[in-house]
Amino acid sequence: MIEMKSVNKWYGKSFHVLKDCTLSVAKGEVIVVCGPSGSGKSTLIKTVNGLEPINSGEITVAGTSITARETNLDKVRSKIGMVFQNFELFPHMNVTENIKLGQIKVLGRNNKEAEVKALALLDRVGLAEHAHKYPSQLSGGQQQRVAIARGLAMEPMAMLFDEPTSALDPEMINEVLDVMVELAQEGMTMMVVTHEMGFARKVADRVVFMDHGEIVEDAPSKDFFGSPRSERAQEFLSKILSH
Amino acid sequence: MMFDLDFSIIPANKELLWEGMKMTFLLTGLAIGGGIILGTFLALLRIAKVPVLQHVASAYVNFFRSLPLILVIFWLFFLVPLIVGRPVGAFSSVLVAFILFEAAYYSEIIRAGINSVRPGQLAAARAIGLTYGQAMRSVVLPQAFRAMTPILLTQAIILFQDTSLVYVVGLRDFLVSAEIVANRDQKLVEMFLFVAVVYFTFCFLASMGVRYLQRKIAT
Amino acid sequence: MNYNWDWGVLFRDPYLGWIISGLGWTLVISLLAWVIAFSLGSVLGIFRSSSSPVLRAIGTIYVEIFRNIPLLVQLFLWYFVFPELLPDDWSRWVKRDMPAPAMTTAIVAIGLYTASRVCEQVRSGIDAVGFDQRQAGRAIGLTEVQVYRYILLPNAYRIIIPPLTSEFLTIFKQSSLALTIGVVELTAMTRQIEEYTFQGFEAFTAATVVYSLVTFTVMAVMRQVDKRTALPGTFSKGAA
Repeated sequence: MIEMKSVNKWYGKSFHVLKDCTLSVAKGEVIVVCGPSGSGKSTLIKTVNGLEPINSGEITVAGTSITARETNLDKVRSKIGMVFQNFELFPHMNVTENIKLGQIKVLGRNNKEAEVKALALLDRVGLAEHAHKYPSQLSGGQQQRVAIARGLAMEPMAMLFDEPTSALDPEMINEVLDVMVELAQEGMTMMVVTHEMGFARKVADRVVFMDHGEIVEDAPSKDFFGSPRSERAQEFLSKILSH
Repeated sequence: MMFDLDFSIIPANKELLWEGMKMTFLLTGLAIGGGIILGTFLALLRIAKVPVLQHVASAYVNFFRSLPLILVIFWLFFLVPLIVGRPVGAFSSVLVAFILFEAAYYSEIIRAGINSVRPGQLAAARAIGLTYGQAMRSVVLPQAFRAMTPILLTQAIILFQDTSLVYVVGLRDFLVSAEIVANRDQKLVEMFLFVAVVYFTFCFLASMGVRYLQRKIAT
Repeated sequence: MNYNWDWGVLFRDPYLGWIISGLGWTLVISLLAWVIAFSLGSVLGIFRSSSSPVLRAIGTIYVEIFRNIPLLVQLFLWYFVFPELLPDDWSRWVKRDMPAPAMTTAIVAIGLYTASRVCEQVRSGIDAVGFDQRQAGRAIGLTEVQVYRYILLPNAYRIIIPPLTSEFLTIFKQSSLALTIGVVELTAMTRQIEEYTFQGFEAFTAATVVYSLVTFTVMAVMRQVDKRTALPGTFSKGAA
């Protein structure tokens, strides 16, 4: 479903953020990407839908090249959902309008269809009664669930999550993870940047560990948590699991 | 008469133009100095814990900010001789107008600067036994001025441009001198283009300097 | 101080009429110049925040040129210099046949100048909405134009209502510069009353009161607008 081959990216001339990253995600697979901050994991996930352009290498999603000039990136993006660390709901629209915007403007659905879909998704993430509220009237956890619904409304073939819980207060993390676990169990293809190792253990098929822009380890999650091969991954795990 | 320009008029009148430029700089410099002193005073009144003083200062600021500079120049051009009781020439009345007017804008900048210094700083200074005045003078204001230097300089560039408005009372600044030459020799196009280029050069370089300073302060 | 007060002068014919007509012209110049400043400034602000280096450069060059030359000098450039640089028949039209040449020039000059300031406000508003909002819009497949139309601009304009209000009031005050090319707006009218009657106090007081009243009224109205347009659950920072 998602294929990355020897992806390289520099910021400016000197900062090499992604070094020769190669990765593939099969349909229905759930991949967790982790690593210390500044390791390039957020950048990596944003290259998948072309939000971060790359300098060399190749990325294809369901056979469509992200890097080719003739590709209509907007169209590809509409088929890949993305959830951001700070939710990024549109503050001037209520929750339902947030979920309708892409359906109407990108997929060309009519208002009625979009509304029905939006309400169904809100119900699914447990927020049906908040349909007419504005983002600033919701808690962080609720906003992030709306953001997931906004992504799902486009009926994506894959979902990207960029640290979806790291801006949340601890008591709200689970309500978001629950929605994500459910999605994973329904067979959604997912790429998730997160430090939530409980989530990784529970649903991830593979764990990718990055450091300094490199993919250091790419292993089935059982193996990764059992006995990571690289020293850097072991050190990272001991740091985040020690408390 | 497209592009049939004769710029030799500029070197031919360089003394006159230079006198005008000196007037522009003199007025800018004095107005900045006076404006900052009066502006600081107003800013201190506005943060004082005395409601009457706050109201007086904020009425002053809001009043002057609602008026066109040209009207203030006319006002003082009319008032100053009346108050002094004899003709005083355009320069003094214009200078008073600029100081009174600019002080309103400077006081807003300075007030914001003072507010940007954490209140703990004043408390800490009082805690070691400084009086309010000492604490302001030696702890709060130095930090405030440092933080607001770029904005004060930007305001100085605006003031430099604003001095061109002395045109309305005929004070011989750079623009008026250029206009005198332009009209005398029928070279309006050349002179006004020259004036524009000179102002642009000064202001552009100065604003680059401000941006450089901003980056330096930020890091 | 030796002065003969005569407040009645303000209400005598023709002076009252002068003040009213002066205010009328001041408002005409301000409003029309604002239309130019707001629309051109918005376009330039969008240019300066766009992903195209060419558009960004156009915006930057415009802003640097227009804000680094005093408005009065710009006014003279448009009035005295610009027509001379045109082909003869165009030049004749601008100088003579164009309706109200001085007034039109003042409106255009003040509008173009203020566009550079509006541009900076619009750009900072768009910046304040944030890069991540832009990415979130792109991530659901919106084009760059759609992102501006549906996400960045509606939020940016809300944020910059207070600074845009000050820009309008700046135009309102700067419309007085039009008197230098012979437009008899409010300030010029009161100067004229002073020269005719020697009642400078009364004349300038009239102008002062009118300018202040209009300013405070606009501010009060815009504070309401700012409140009304504030999003539920957020606080507006208040008018300038």
